[in-house]
Amino acid sequence: MEETKFYHALKIDNDRCVGCTHCMTKCPTGAIRIREGKASIRKGWCVDCGECLKACPTEAIYVEQDDFQKIFDYKARVVLVPTVFIGQFSKYTTEEEIFSALYELGFTHVFQVEFTADMIHREMLRQMEQAEEKPVISSFCPAIVRLIQVRFPALVDNILLVKPPVNATATYYHKVLEEDGFSSEEIGIFYVTPCAAKIASLKGAEGYSSTIKGVINMDTLYNKVYHILKNRPKDFVPECVLPPSLTKKEMRWSQTGGEAKHFSGRCLAIDEIHNVIEFLERMESTTEVRNVDFLELRACDRSCAGGVLAVANRFLTAERVMKRSMKRDKAPLIYSDRLEALSYLKQHITIRPLQPNPKLRYEGNIEEVLKKMEQVRKLMCYLPGIDCGACGSPNCQALAEDIVRHEAQFSDCVFMQRNMEKHGKLDKEHAFRLIEKTWGKDRLNKDCYKKGAKYEGQ
Amino acid sequence: MQFRFELEGGNFSKAGYASSQIKKVLKQLSVDPRIIKRVVVALYEAEVNVVAHAWRGTVLADIEADRISLLLQDEGPGIPDIGQAMQEGFSTASAAVREMGFGAGMGLPNMKKNVDELTIESKVGEGTVVRMLTYFSANDR
Repeated sequence: MEETKFYHALKIDNDRCVGCTHCMTKCPTGAIRIREGKASIRKGWCVDCGECLKACPTEAIYVEQDDFQKIFDYKARVVLVPTVFIGQFSKYTTEEEIFSALYELGFTHVFQVEFTADMIHREMLRQMEQAEEKPVISSFCPAIVRLIQVRFPALVDNILLVKPPVNATATYYHKVLEEDGFSSEEIGIFYVTPCAAKIASLKGAEGYSSTIKGVINMDTLYNKVYHILKNRPKDFVPECVLPPSLTKKEMRWSQTGGEAKHFSGRCLAIDEIHNVIEFLERMESTTEVRNVDFLELRACDRSCAGGVLAVANRFLTAERVMKRSMKRDKAPLIYSDRLEALSYLKQHITIRPLQPNPKLRYEGNIEEVLKKMEQVRKLMCYLPGIDCGACGSPNCQALAEDIVRHEAQFSDCVFMQRNMEKHGKLDKEHAFRLIEKTWGKDRLNKDCYKKGAKYEGQ
Repeated sequence: MQFRFELEGGNFSKAGYASSQIKKVLKQLSVDPRIIKRVVVALYEAEVNVVAHAWRGTVLADIEADRISLLLQDEGPGIPDIGQAMQEGFSTASAAVREMGFGAGMGLPNMKKNVDELTIESKVGEGTVVRMLTYFSANDR
């Protein structure tokens, strides 16, 4: 398989994976195969969108996270909280209650991710003005950035080279703490992530950046905070230092439309990865998408509120964030204090140019690839087009491509097996062995403890 | 490698299918994205032309290691004066077609701009044949 250029946060727990087709058929880049009864992810094709995790019926796909105790390695233990975390809680839980619980867990500083949104916005406007090609695309969502690198490499240069809020705020707040007398080694900034893609992009191939020391999955932190809140006496009055409050614009930045609303010209906000793919495909192959200036693209439905690691319903989260952000001050607080950190951020708000990383189905020169594509078309004459996934590839087309790459066999198709048996080219025992090769030994035995069966959960 | 697509007069929602399929193939062949873009734009314009003016038509695409040739044949009213049709802004599109955002008179000029070779033959009352050829590498041109 091809070399790994990215770190990937999505992992498969082979003990839990029962071998089904849910993740494989949902994957927007066709990166999953089932072999020997377990799912496996092709690393070069995965964009860490988390669709597989959402689809898995047995919680076999998980997001790797750091040990929570790691925060105690640092003197200044900072938790970077995105607004969607606040949106996990109903309006009856105050921000003060949530933040005080975070201090109780051992953090010494609580800071909000979207605090630098206005600075990011300014930088985006500046780059947009100089952009040669429109539409420019926001760099907010890391799964989208990867999707473009892998599936739409020609659009890589349209992505604005601005740090997403978590990186910008980490840069800023790290500087603030340095000014407060902490040394770089004493500062541990931890980000609460709603999704796998953010972990993957923060970790990178070479480990974390110098400012972010770790990532905490939102569901994990939600459980910890909720446990504290539930066990507090009724008359408990939380007392803690509140981080500078966010403006309406900052609070809504991670919501669908949160960015697009603040740009002029034709701006579109598109969420959910399949929607994004459909739109970009259309943009590439028709002239229908004309004169669009700005694209806000997010991999999850309802943007970060719909992240795989968010606990609450995404529609409720989005509504809560909208409600909580009403009646807020208009002026961002970032410009009123800590001017040295601000000017440091100004100098470090951009990211390095992005490289395309196209998903190529076949290796070889153009003649060889053409030949392989012809072979696929010939195979497609035989494969049934039922797209059942029983061969361990997501659909007939993918199986044909796998065969041409020598990663699968024609006889992996259960319908072709029937055909071959009918014509005496395959005996029953052999056919069964082929099924076991894909789905694992004893996979077809009676099992009353599986999901939906009569002793499920016993 | 050859591909064939059917075009149906008046069905704008399906115009763009051939160009999107061809785009996917060219991407897999790692053809220069700028060339893919040009081919796709030209083919899309040609598809729209058939849909907007003719009754029915076909797209035949032939992809070789160094080139793509596209042949669009339609049964339709034909073009009485090809020279005139090649001028930017000249259009015979109906009001209904213009209302859908097409018919600006940029179709043929745009095609010419985006391919290496373009030939048009037409018989009034019978139909039009458009041939387009693009090389994948600038050296072959």
